Amino acid sequence: MAQQQVAKKREVWSGRSVFIMAAIGSAVGLGNIWRFPYIAYENGGGAFLIPYLVALLTAGLPLLFVDYAIGHKFRGSPPLAFRRLSRGAEFLGWWQVLVCFVIGVYYAVIIAWAARYTFFSLSEAWGDDAEGFFLETFLQVDGDSSFGMSFVPGVAWPLLAVWILTLGVLALGVQRGIGNANRFFVPLLVLLFGALVVRSLTLEGATIGLDAFFTPNWSALTDTSVWIAAYAQIFFSLSVAFGIMITYSSYLKRKTNLTGSGLVVGFSNSSFEVLAGIGVFSALGFMAQAQGVGVDEVVAGGIGLAFIAFPTIVSEMPGGPIFGVLFFGSLVFAGFTSLISIIQVAVSAFEDKTGLGRVPAVLTIGGVSAIVSLLLFPTTTGLNTLDVVDRFANQFGIVGVAFVALIVIAWILRRLPDLRDHLNSVSSFKVGRGWLVFTGGVTPVVLGYMLFSEIRDRLSEGYGGLPDDLVLVFGWGVQAVVIVAAVALSFVPWRKSIDLGYDAGGEIPTSDVTVSAGTTDPDSTTTGGTK
Amino acid sequence: MSTSAIALMIFALVTLWGGLILSIVHLHNHPDEPE
Repeated sequence: MAQQQVAKKREVWSGRSVFIMAAIGSAVGLGNIWRFPYIAYENGGGAFLIPYLVALLTAGLPLLFVDYAIGHKFRGSPPLAFRRLSRGAEFLGWWQVLVCFVIGVYYAVIIAWAARYTFFSLSEAWGDDAEGFFLETFLQVDGDSSFGMSFVPGVAWPLLAVWILTLGVLALGVQRGIGNANRFFVPLLVLLFGALVVRSLTLEGATIGLDAFFTPNWSALTDTSVWIAAYAQIFFSLSVAFGIMITYSSYLKRKTNLTGSGLVVGFSNSSFEVLAGIGVFSALGFMAQAQGVGVDEVVAGGIGLAFIAFPTIVSEMPGGPIFGVLFFGSLVFAGFTSLISIIQVAVSAFEDKTGLGRVPAVLTIGGVSAIVSLLLFPTTTGLNTLDVVDRFANQFGIVGVAFVALIVIAWILRRLPDLRDHLNSVSSFKVGRGWLVFTGGVTPVVLGYMLFSEIRDRLSEGYGGLPDDLVLVFGWGVQAVVIVAAVALSFVPWRKSIDLGYDAGGEIPTSDVTVSAGTTDPDSTTTGGTK
Repeated sequence: MSTSAIALMIFALVTLWGGLILSIVHLHNHPDEPE
């Protein structure tokens, strides 16, 4: 330790409560509000809760613990943590980083839309045609071209603002920026969304919506696709297996209760999802009743729910503008805290690899993300581009890297027992054989099934009737570049001062050590300075 | 709302929100050791 001259300490959360808040802020995102209610309704209604709960307990929480163990034990951004896990595993970390980069550049766009809609709500700017307003007036969608660079200022300016705010938070650092932003925005989100749910429940027709949402279709439980949908929802919703939780847990103090914290994060995320289901379906019940149709005729998910169905609901209800502000404000805050976590993955990896300080790293990586985002998406063809990039980033990017990473960790490197021991050495909720079976057996099987059935379907059907060239470039092409670039980045040398052998939990495999730093004390490990 | 819908709603709230409360209590009872 005496040999270390200027040992710049890795940033740390001030306590586990800040970490938990940030992890909840990351996990609770757009998908909780606009994906879960629709998925649950489409896959058995109330009966869906059973596979959902099983998926939470057998895949969501166990995978969350895997991420926490890797990030905390090896104390680094995903490439560094995987590099410390095993020399050959670094590309997995870069794969996760690049998936985050791809997701970040389009995720910001949706937050920008929601921010505009928060203000549109005040005047109900969409009039009596929410769909026409969204597609033609707001996005100015060009139905004739598959890709173009014709900009829409009404999207570009708020998008620029989203990027400036995001990079500003990241530049302030882990505790002062990310920690404080989450301490403010997560409670605010709960408050806003709570008010929205209360208002939804008091609407006429709310019980019709709740009835549609919770009435169980028990036969769905015999359908494999329903179980896969439950695992997919838990998986996408929890922000697991694509680097975020590895990054966040790498900033924890050495003696932190990992699994105890993970249980709070996992159950908070699912509790919010059920709350969202109640709020969304109460509102849809009101809309169905007002229009004199069944709930099945108004139900929607994703962009259609947020930017077409909800504006329609706002127009039809008394006090609509306030309701609109609550809904779109919730989307903005839920999305913003998730975007922060997504971009932080790339920033931290860049910091670790190059030794650059936080601010230059944020400006470089964040700047590139912002420029790509501003060039590709606030255009008249941006909606279709976003749709394709989103589908492939999730179904191939996240699922692919999660599947490969679990196979490598569990079956090739056989490091799950090490990770289990690390979790148990610092945590109150012990994991054992069940955790090994879920993470090494059940989850890879489910992820493998999801991945290969998606590849089969996309190859045979294309995607969503969109032009083949768009799907080829922004779907297959982007994901192929991500994998190739991940492998290439793993060959770029690490800065000399990094301790590639650090391991918080015990002996360091000698084959992994290339630059011995002579210390395993996290507080003296340099991950941003020189020795 | 039908009885089955009410039952499933209560099931969801009890399991997920109950799980959240239990996990918060569990964490509260296990403070981190000082470094």
